[in-house]
Amino acid sequence: MTAALVGDELGPRGRRRVLAGSVAAGVVISGLVAIGLRRFAARGQLDPELWSILADPGVVRFLLGGLANTLKAAGAGMVGAVAVGTVMALGRLSRHRLVGWLAGGYVEFFRGFPLLLLILFSALGLPRLGVDLPLFWYLVLGLAVYNGAVLAEIFRAGILSLDRGQREAALAVGLGPGQAMRLVVLPQAVRRMLPAIVGQLVVLLKDTSLGYAVLYEELLRRAQITGAFDGNLLQVLLAAAAAYIAVNLPLSRVARRLEVRQRGRYGGSVEVRGAPEDLVAVQDEAAAAG
Amino acid sequence: MDVVLDNLDRIAGGLGVTVTLTLASWVGAFAIGVVVASFRVGPIPPLRVLGASYVEVVRNCPLTVLFVVFFFGFPSIGITQPPFTSAVIVLSVYTGAFVAETVRAGVNTVARGQVEAARSLGLGFTQVLGLVVLPQALRSVVGPLGSLFSALIRNSSVAYTIGLVELTLTANQIALETAQFVPVFTGVALAYLALTLPTGLALGVIERRVAIRR
Repeated sequence: MTAALVGDELGPRGRRRVLAGSVAAGVVISGLVAIGLRRFAARGQLDPELWSILADPGVVRFLLGGLANTLKAAGAGMVGAVAVGTVMALGRLSRHRLVGWLAGGYVEFFRGFPLLLLILFSALGLPRLGVDLPLFWYLVLGLAVYNGAVLAEIFRAGILSLDRGQREAALAVGLGPGQAMRLVVLPQAVRRMLPAIVGQLVVLLKDTSLGYAVLYEELLRRAQITGAFDGNLLQVLLAAAAAYIAVNLPLSRVARRLEVRQRGRYGGSVEVRGAPEDLVAVQDEAAAAG
Repeated sequence: MDVVLDNLDRIAGGLGVTVTLTLASWVGAFAIGVVVASFRVGPIPPLRVLGASYVEVVRNCPLTVLFVVFFFGFPSIGITQPPFTSAVIVLSVYTGAFVAETVRAGVNTVARGQVEAARSLGLGFTQVLGLVVLPQALRSVVGPLGSLFSALIRNSSVAYTIGLVELTLTANQIALETAQFVPVFTGVALAYLALTLPTGLALGVIERRVAIRR
């Protein structure tokens, strides 16, 4: 670990300062927590009745149903996004100039504007254009189209990162170009890009909450409905936020662990300072915000 | 395309709100990010834990949830802000976590000898960080920070959920009034692209300018 930027062993004065700093920070942090709690208490928001509604079987069932809807949309969206992403990545690498151009245009276009705009268009615009689907599919469509564009770039980077010799060797042993891609190149590329793909899954899971805007009954929308009904909106919303974090945190951890393992395998250690690999981690960071 | 031209002033207004919102939130996010990154690389354990928890919680919570909790939940504890201020706060807090991780990764790219040299000159932690490490760290992550800025432009659309009349909500209103979804949404999507694509190009230029040659 970069056990503090100041890597060397601290002297007596340094240790005293760190101790003093820790105590001061501890006091300030607990002070802030106390102020926050008092705010809750002063407005009666710590009232056990408001919180105990969260344990009501009806409410729990309703919210879990919302979580299930969230996971369903995320799962279907991911399947669609992987399909779209594969097609677009291969299209972009195609030797036909027109195909490459179209796939490139798709990727650049759909990554450049907000996903919410796409979902609104899908859920509010398409029905007026004569497309009749359940609300769920409009959301999934938006998620798949957008994340497909993002995944296409991840897949493409994975394919390009492979040594050319892999494809050449595959062709040399008599495989056709399609077989070489399917049997040799893609499996390795996907494996190499696995951390980024899992990371994108977390992004997609978070993005399903945009379904809130089109009244799809995912977790957040259901939290709002039951909170408004029982008069404990803040409590239910905080519980929903906790549920999102409980689902996403382990997935993020898996993505990070995969990444650490990959770096061990393909050279470069995570802890090395000044390594260009750190910049790769940074690129993933930017992807996760979108 | 007539719908777009007839409503050009409204679209321009929405675009203005989106741009202001993005810029204001970026200032907040950058400040939060640098402070939290400093906490995380610093020697004081409680601050390290605080920084790490902030990043973990915010990164794993959807932006929509943060918007809804702040705008619809927090009035219960007496925190009520108008939509624009709320949006700036929420977007700053959200993007700040990603900026913090980016800056921290940038700090890790600064060569070990830089810190050792600064230490042996007698600089204290804040001086090492502020005068030697951060300037180099920030220069090495200009590209990733730019991607975050571009993501912020797109994320500002989530302010739609709290009724802030920015570009996306404007588009939706016009589309619902005129029932012309395709031209309106295409026009507004192109307006977003007109913001995000030049940002990417400008960043490439800045990145090459400030790149550290090693």
